[in-house]
Amino acid sequence: MTPLKERLVQLEVLRYNPDTDTEAHFQRYEVMCQEEWVVLDALNKIKADIDPTLNYRWSCHMAVCGSCGMMINGEPKLSCHAFLRSYEGVIRVEPLAHFPVERDLVTAPDDFMEKLKRVKPYVIPKEKKPISEGEYKQTPAQLMKFRQYSMCINCMLCYAACPQYGLTPHFIGPAALTLAHRYNLDSRDEGRKERQEVVATHEGVWECTFVGACSEVCPAHVDPASALQQMKITSSVDWIVEHLIPGGKS
Amino acid sequence: MRSISTDVVIIGAGGAGLRAAIALAETDPKLRIALVSKVYPMRSHTCAAEGGAAGVIKPDDSFDLHFDDTVGGGDWLSDQDCVEYFIHEAPKELLQLEHWGCPWNREADGSVAVRPFGGMKKKRTWFAADKSGFHILHTLFQTSLQFPSITRHDEFYALDLLVDDGRCQGVTALEMRSGELCQFHAKAVIIAGGGAGRMFPFSTNGAIKTGDGMAMAYRAGAPLKDMEFVQYHPTGLPNTGSLLTEACRGEGGILVNKHGRRYLQDYGMGPETPVGQPQLKTMELGPRDRVSQAYWHELQKGNTVTTQWGECVLLDMRHLGEKKINERLPLVRELAEAYLGVDIVKDAVPIRPVVHYMMGGISTNTKAATPLPGLFAAGECACVSLNGANRLGSNSLVELLVFGRRAALSAIEHVQSAPAPNATALNACAEQTRSRIDELMTRTDGIESMSGLRREMMDTMEKNVGIYRTEEGLQEGVNKIHELRQRYRRVKLTDKSSVFNTDLFQVLELGSMLDCAEAVTVGALARKESRGAHQRLDYVERDDKNFLCHTMVYHQGLDVPRVDYLDVVITKSPPGVRDYSGDHK
Amino acid sequence: MSRRPLIREVPPTSWYFRQPRYLRYMSREITSIFIGAYCVLLVVGLQRLAAGPAAWEGFLAALKSPASIVFQFLCLVAAVYHAATWFNATQKAMPIQIGEDFVPGNLISGAHYAAWAVLSFGVLFLAGVF
Ligand SMILES: Cc1cc2nc3c(=O)[nH]c(=O)nc-3n(C[C@H](O)[C@H](O)[C@H](O)COP(=O)(O)OP(=O)(O)OC[C@H]3O[C@@H](n4cnc5c(N)ncnc54)[C@H](O)[C@@H]3O)c2cc1C
Ligand code: SF4
Ligand code: FES
Repeated sequence: MTPLKERLVQLEVLRYNPDTDTEAHFQRYEVMCQEEWVVLDALNKIKADIDPTLNYRWSCHMAVCGSCGMMINGEPKLSCHAFLRSYEGVIRVEPLAHFPVERDLVTAPDDFMEKLKRVKPYVIPKEKKPISEGEYKQTPAQLMKFRQYSMCINCMLCYAACPQYGLTPHFIGPAALTLAHRYNLDSRDEGRKERQEVVATHEGVWECTFVGACSEVCPAHVDPASALQQMKITSSVDWIVEHLIPGGKS
Repeated sequence: MRSISTDVVIIGAGGAGLRAAIALAETDPKLRIALVSKVYPMRSHTCAAEGGAAGVIKPDDSFDLHFDDTVGGGDWLSDQDCVEYFIHEAPKELLQLEHWGCPWNREADGSVAVRPFGGMKKKRTWFAADKSGFHILHTLFQTSLQFPSITRHDEFYALDLLVDDGRCQGVTALEMRSGELCQFHAKAVIIAGGGAGRMFPFSTNGAIKTGDGMAMAYRAGAPLKDMEFVQYHPTGLPNTGSLLTEACRGEGGILVNKHGRRYLQDYGMGPETPVGQPQLKTMELGPRDRVSQAYWHELQKGNTVTTQWGECVLLDMRHLGEKKINERLPLVRELAEAYLGVDIVKDAVPIRPVVHYMMGGISTNTKAATPLPGLFAAGECACVSLNGANRLGSNSLVELLVFGRRAALSAIEHVQSAPAPNATALNACAEQTRSRIDELMTRTDGIESMSGLRREMMDTMEKNVGIYRTEEGLQEGVNKIHELRQRYRRVKLTDKSSVFNTDLFQVLELGSMLDCAEAVTVGALARKESRGAHQRLDYVERDDKNFLCHTMVYHQGLDVPRVDYLDVVITKSPPGVRDYSGDHK
Repeated sequence: MSRRPLIREVPPTSWYFRQPRYLRYMSREITSIFIGAYCVLLVVGLQRLAAGPAAWEGFLAALKSPASIVFQFLCLVAAVYHAATWFNATQKAMPIQIGEDFVPGNLISGAHYAAWAVLSFGVLFLAGVF
């Protein structure tokens, strides 16, 4: 069998240490990598062999924990799923856009965590039934209705891609709104009305101008843009029913 | 030092920690709960679990069968009272998750679907495609958001337990983003810190699985139990170690060697079953220890396939067809394609066994209580003795739920009777953590490199404590790990910054792993028999006369730990033969 | 020492040069200017019509000037581009589920294109083009 191919990779990484720096700067690293590696492998090698002071988050190395999001050549990516073979020349690595930078590639996701909570991403049941009565029946078709929207790994790449979030930070944003939609579509749930108070507002879906970047960068194929457009339609229908149809109530 | 006073502290926000937190909040809404985790909850490694979670639900299944599978699968090292409790709680917990919104796969009539899994006599593994752990974790996390009494402390690295008056009453932790040292005072502490697979170089475990929880309890005087039982999963990607779930075989994938032979039939798991018609508990659906061991024998015989990533066998799923693969194993297809460049629809994937799971951990009883009063533990970091010498796939996700909840109930009981923490005494105790961290941060005589020590530890574990073990190799392992622990005292910290200093956390994690590694090697050396995942070339038989007991390892500072034993609880199933041949039917 | 998070500002006027997809988005948004302008043209036309036959003839003549033709052509391109982005979006906004499966997205968008073509032919037919 052919031995593994190696290649010298150059990375330009944004560095920022609040203890010593007033601004961020780029630092260049050269590191020998295997051709099949991902950017995260290169960072790990730099940290182990060249510079232990480089900081970033990661855990699963299989694109499911959502820790390792960063801007790679200006594009939001999971570094464990950004293959070196798809890049030529110097690879520029920066922290996720639109979030405050704590240090190096580590950002503060507080805003996202807060917003996630606001959309009530949990089942608000029609009627609570005891465990002894078994499961709520849900057909495969009912499951498929929302399944795609339950795949979000909370990596926040969509927030880094969304110019609307960058410009108007009060926007609740793609992933959190999509999770609201996921529960709205779940046959076990009856919480849509409560969620609408947050969702159908100018912090919610109406802040979305359908750039569509969120869906293009989403590593889990969640397609948040579609969820938001669907929510706009249902919210409009609510409005029409409430305001234009006599006696109509949403 | 910042001091946070609360009622119960939970260390770890994976499946076990979150389940415990919700149970506490639901049972007593007035309790103040501090949920401390070194990563944001949804980053916990529970998210990586693929295959599913076992619980008796279908009419053709029974509790007795789940009991027998678990006890036999564990090679009779499971405590049978614990297994009994577990199997009855399992379906309730899985239903509870269903009520909370977990997107379990369904049958046409809307009831939950189950799939076959290794070592299980019936189909009883609930699944959400091949992202079961991911959905369990996110369902728990999102559900937990509705409870105001749960205060999360995300990205707090827990350091040392606070013990006063013989009771565990809190923990010290570093806030990672500020570097500020904090102490949590509480009447009860629950550890749910996850496994320690990262002490091996080739593992399915995420970077965070460094055994901190185990080491913390161990250093505070609680024993680690059965640490020598380390599970290898038979099917890992040979380069990254990423797991290809057992559901690959559950759905009908087969294992072949370089001659195209389904070699499992040569290791007591035959006769061969028809391709694409998996039969429960035989051939590819044998238990993990046996299937992984068969790889080792094939390797010795030269029957493996040589690839650029080393010696492999092949997992062939082509006959399942694209539709079924996309529906049931989408993640597997994605992983193999992305990281190995193999499309499982068109080609067989090279795979090899990979370190996966720690059967051992902090010794707990069926109430999830450790011998140290006030300290409870659940999840992979605990050894409640459900899994014995070999865990059956899909029992562990349920273990998180069952014993996460159980730990919460026990903690509440304890909180009701325990006296209030003595702040002065605990402060004094916390000062010891401060001096430890200060010493590390100001150390000038550091000469050992962290990554160097870590590499030596990993190499030692792989070489000496692998699938098959010998006296000589284990002795070498014990000596080497002991030496590394001494050298660790001179480890050099390069980064002295306060904010998000991952160099510091990696040094601390290495300390935890070395503690765990020592317990593994010492336990393995002392166990002169072969049982489940602990296989010795020099003692090839199971020895129920001398070793039908749990290994208990006690920390002794820098000295070699003390080993003791505890009887296995046997209620109704005396040790028997593990039979995975399809023959007997 | 402690936290001092760095805020990396989004440049308020030049952000859309950062990525090609932002430029695509902006170009879609800019089409609305042409569509708006064309609406103004239609209103002017109505007003001319109301002002009597002479005014209307003048208006029609002005429409035939080269500058006007270029303008109308640009409006047509903009409208087609805008419409296409809309039709492509329909599959996201209005998914159709039959049993467990979703109707393929390009079928939904395709149906919109087809309806568009039919309607356009109808309009052209009524206008006496054929
Ligand atoms: C790839 C893979 C696939 C698997 N598939 C299955 C399966 O199909 N079925 C099955 O039953 N089991 C499966 N397992 C096993 C099962 O997923 C794990 O055993 C289980 O998820 C462990 O959960 P946990 O809650 O104990 O720990 P984790 O989810 O690992 O969480 C540990 C928590 O502890 C915290 N923590 C650790 N150290 C510290 C510290 N120092 N300070 C603060 N917090 C700390 C972490 O932040 C984290 O929140 C799989 C495991 C792997 C690796
Ligand atoms: S929607 Fe996609 S990109 Fe956004 S957080 Fe979820 S997984 Fe990440
Ligand atoms: S490391 Fe988990 S998503 Fe990349």
